[in-house]
Amino acid sequence: MTEPQKTPLFDLHVELGGKMVDFAGWMMPVNYGLGVAGEHKQCREKAALFDVSHMGQVELHGEVVAEKLETIAPSAFTTLPAGKARYTFFTNPDGGIMDDLIVSNAGDYFYLVVNASMRDQDIGHMRANLDGIDVVELDRALIAIQGPAAEGIVSASAPAAADLKFMESTVTDLFGAECRISRLGYTGEDGYEISIPTDRVVDITRELLKHDDLEMAGLGARDSLRLEAGLCLYGNDIDNGTSPVEANLTWAMQKRRREDGGFPGAERIQRELKDGPSRKLVGIKPKGRAPARRGVEVADKDGNVIGSISSGGFGPTYGGPVSMGYIAAEFAEPGTEVDLLIRGKAMPATIIKLPFVQQNYKR
Amino acid sequence: MTTYYSEEHEWLEVDGDTATLGITKHAAEALGEVVFVELKEAGDTFDKDDEIGVVESVKAASELYAPLAGEITEANTTLEDNPGSVNEDPEGNAWFYKIKLADVSELESLMDESAYKAFIA
Repeated sequence: MTEPQKTPLFDLHVELGGKMVDFAGWMMPVNYGLGVAGEHKQCREKAALFDVSHMGQVELHGEVVAEKLETIAPSAFTTLPAGKARYTFFTNPDGGIMDDLIVSNAGDYFYLVVNASMRDQDIGHMRANLDGIDVVELDRALIAIQGPAAEGIVSASAPAAADLKFMESTVTDLFGAECRISRLGYTGEDGYEISIPTDRVVDITRELLKHDDLEMAGLGARDSLRLEAGLCLYGNDIDNGTSPVEANLTWAMQKRRREDGGFPGAERIQRELKDGPSRKLVGIKPKGRAPARRGVEVADKDGNVIGSISSGGFGPTYGGPVSMGYIAAEFAEPGTEVDLLIRGKAMPATIIKLPFVQQNYKR
Repeated sequence: MTTYYSEEHEWLEVDGDTATLGITKHAAEALGEVVFVELKEAGDTFDKDDEIGVVESVKAASELYAPLAGEITEANTTLEDNPGSVNEDPEGNAWFYKIKLADVSELESLMDESAYKAFIA
């Protein structure tokens, strides 16, 4: 067992009252004084700052980065304009998802953000499969500022941030440091992820926190926010066994890629696109107040198990329990009535169309 | 009346062989915002360490374990409609059960207030 790593903001988290836990090998705050629900609402109503420095940041340099990336991920990169970002995933030969990530075309190179727990796997995977491409892991901090007040807060120091639209990315000056600001996130709200030189992240975070509308938020709120927004968590809702078609991520595979294939697992993915998958990731709304958490079985009204919950909890903005899970395709239609088997009891629930809380992006 | 505390962070306000049971302020703070409470019913009997309810917060589900044996004479069903009261007044209005103790001598295994304060310090 190796010691968990610390992000450059560790001492500041402790100073600000963050309750620190080991998450994916990193000491990260679950919540601060506002509590999970308070931080969640702060993000939906004003703005919240998350430390996401545990995620992996990678640059890809070389002549044909976009073409090479298309051999390991099923999205279109050769047509991704400079300054634009795209959600994608690495697929395995069986059509499952090895990790999900964001790829930005930075002009002269590509910039990627991968999950904390998968960074070593992903970097090894890219080095092994992207011939002639230089895979550079960055030693930089990453923070997310999310919520309706995010634009005002960030653009006060970096005016260029206001000109970005959802899924656009640029390099600009923020409090005297050269930062990459991308208008995207993992909460369903408008906002930014900002890559900052490690030696400047503490003082820049302190500067940003002077804004009345901004509070720190931890992993607890990050999870309930993304769950309400219907966004997948790698390791819960998607993994090496789930295909992008089952996970409702077909939108991330552009038409040319869906039709032409040429990525690992194309056989299964194209078959499921044609015939439909046998199971689907859906939103599941419990009718009572009991949250249905990961692992809870889903049954039809005759008591037959038809699936299970992949992520679930309480949605502070939704005001009730929220879940998502995989169920047999014939039960995936929104409005279908099912039962959740919680502590030996059948609790009624309804299949719904995700998300639980409408996404609020600046398109 | 004397108040006893368990290592599972429950309090018991005891009057003869009856008691009121709830979770401590310390437990409520550690749980975070409580969003769901599931209770047993009046008439249910239980042994020491039996599960006698579920408290779910925004963070996780936690079982409530009986600190001693007894019978539930009344369940505070207002908690099911207003789980947030567990955070607001855990050692007052947000009690969980009125119980009849099976064996008053079991109280000797519990802590008094000063011992509990030392336990959570």
